[in-house]
Amino acid sequence: MTTLLKTVEVNKQFGGLSAVTALNMDVEAGEIIGLIGPNGAGKTTSFNLITGVYKPTTGKILFDGEDITGMKPHAITHRGVARTFQNIRLFKDMSVLENVLVAQHMRMGTNLLEATLRLPSYMKRERHIHERARALLEEVGLSEHEQAKAVSLPYGKQRRLEIARALATEPKLLFLDEPAAGMNPQESVELMEFILKIRDQFKLTIVLIEHHMQVVMGVCKRMYVLDYGVTIAHGTPEEIQNNPKVIEAYLGVE
Amino acid sequence: MNALQKKPMSRDAKLTLAAAVVGLILLFVFDSMFDRFTMQIFKLCAINIILALSLNLINGFTGLFSLGHAGFMAVGAYTCSLLAMTPDQKETNFVLQPIAPWLHDVHLPFLPSLLVAGLVAGFIGWFLGVVALRLRDDYLAIATLGFSEIIRVILTNTQSITNGSLGLKGIPRYTTMWWAWGSAVVVTLFLVLLIKSSYGRAFKSIRDNEIAAESMGIDVFGMKVMSFTISSFLAGIAGGLLAHYLTTIDPKQFIFLKTFDILLIVVLGGVGSITGSIVAAIVVTISMEALRFLDGPLNFGFMVTNGIPGLRMVFFSALLMIVVIFRQQGLMGTSEFSWDSLSRIGLLPKRGPKSGKGIE
Repeated sequence: MTTLLKTVEVNKQFGGLSAVTALNMDVEAGEIIGLIGPNGAGKTTSFNLITGVYKPTTGKILFDGEDITGMKPHAITHRGVARTFQNIRLFKDMSVLENVLVAQHMRMGTNLLEATLRLPSYMKRERHIHERARALLEEVGLSEHEQAKAVSLPYGKQRRLEIARALATEPKLLFLDEPAAGMNPQESVELMEFILKIRDQFKLTIVLIEHHMQVVMGVCKRMYVLDYGVTIAHGTPEEIQNNPKVIEAYLGVE
Repeated sequence: MNALQKKPMSRDAKLTLAAAVVGLILLFVFDSMFDRFTMQIFKLCAINIILALSLNLINGFTGLFSLGHAGFMAVGAYTCSLLAMTPDQKETNFVLQPIAPWLHDVHLPFLPSLLVAGLVAGFIGWFLGVVALRLRDDYLAIATLGFSEIIRVILTNTQSITNGSLGLKGIPRYTTMWWAWGSAVVVTLFLVLLIKSSYGRAFKSIRDNEIAAESMGIDVFGMKVMSFTISSFLAGIAGGLLAHYLTTIDPKQFIFLKTFDILLIVVLGGVGSITGSIVAAIVVTISMEALRFLDGPLNFGFMVTNGIPGLRMVFFSALLMIVVIFRQQGLMGTSEFSWDSLSRIGLLPKRGPKSGKGIE
């Protein structure tokens, strides 16, 4: 197993507030890692740091052996990191199909002239990304909605579209920010199966933030627990469940 | 709609071809039938279409609120005129201070002048974009507005190049109907192809959600600069056409209000709709002339006014307010004309259910 992602003493401060302190994560290729913690623990901030939305105050982030600290989000995505958003961020006025097509723009390797003049080389790529987008929509069960506006989809389907869009960028590492939010137990079980399926099918490594303990404990091999930006524990689900610090953070102590 | 499917010659293609032929015939008929004044308005429609489309590219499709259009038009207008005027024409203009020697003998035909005008405006747009596109929303609007005023001040004060506030007179009347409408058609085709390409999707993704676009691998800053540069290029072309249409230009024409006129067209037509911009450009341009009587003496029956200059603009301002309050998406919203939409409202026979894949 090779280390795909490694964060070294990553800190992020907003003014006087330390949102993330000394984040040291190691993610190996093919793993599914959970990131849990109470609200405001710095989970999403950690995602934002790794995917380039925020720049770490100090520390280093290595992806696939390359230092990606402070790179722009699109450059990081280009290297094979994709994500979904906790508060869904679809391209709302565009169709479901277009949402997935946009995510493939950077992999098309086309130029403006070729694209506007509809040269055969461009049309070939365009056909290719259409095929791929349709296959991805099939995968997440949204084929029948491909011409609908993204905003018109029900909540659960919007989440699935976010995953399809992230997969379209051809990632090696996928970050899922609360994929089970708002789902009922039945849907959560389906989601777990789906996560395992795409991991194998697309040879992914997945890091997910989740509050549904059933989902996290079910799919994750290892997990990190954050509280007030500090990593208070990491280990296998069994270790975490019995860790007194974790119980304290979640339930408080008398 | 879906350019990827190869069909022998679909109904849509036939209809489009037929429409193009009818359009061409109409242009011939109009050209020979109308008097010169009517033709002038007709030409202005075409120029306004180009302006509205170019502003819509940044404001509507890329979601950047820019108010610098008058500046880019001014650059295009001056560049094109100075290149296309003969040395003699330039000498008669520059009476206060002689024209800079390097500019004196430059004389190009219309088409190259127009293209150079676009390129110069595009280059300035690129430069401004690199600097100002780090800003967003209102801040970008203020920065671009300020830039357009800077251009105007520069034009007023570079006496030996632009003839300052005296402006340029006797610019050859090159903008015939064929030039105006030909350019409008080319620009429209270009924009339709651009917007429906992968780049168009990238622009729209930035408008819809910048953070998500960036996370999906779109180089947001690069794309914004590209959109801004293309838009400035087109505004420069329109400026060049305008100069050779009016035959007289001076810096005062390119004040902020000029941008407002175009913005009015874009908002009325629908921010993010090519069809909307074209329709609104024609309607607004014609109404501006048709409503000219409002500026003159009016007889209301119970009272007679002796002419209020600018009452026309009150009408348009009121119209803009009504649209913003009751129909924010404008005439077309973000939807576009398609032959399918005509069958949907019953103007064309419906096709089989198979082809019903229109986007609302």
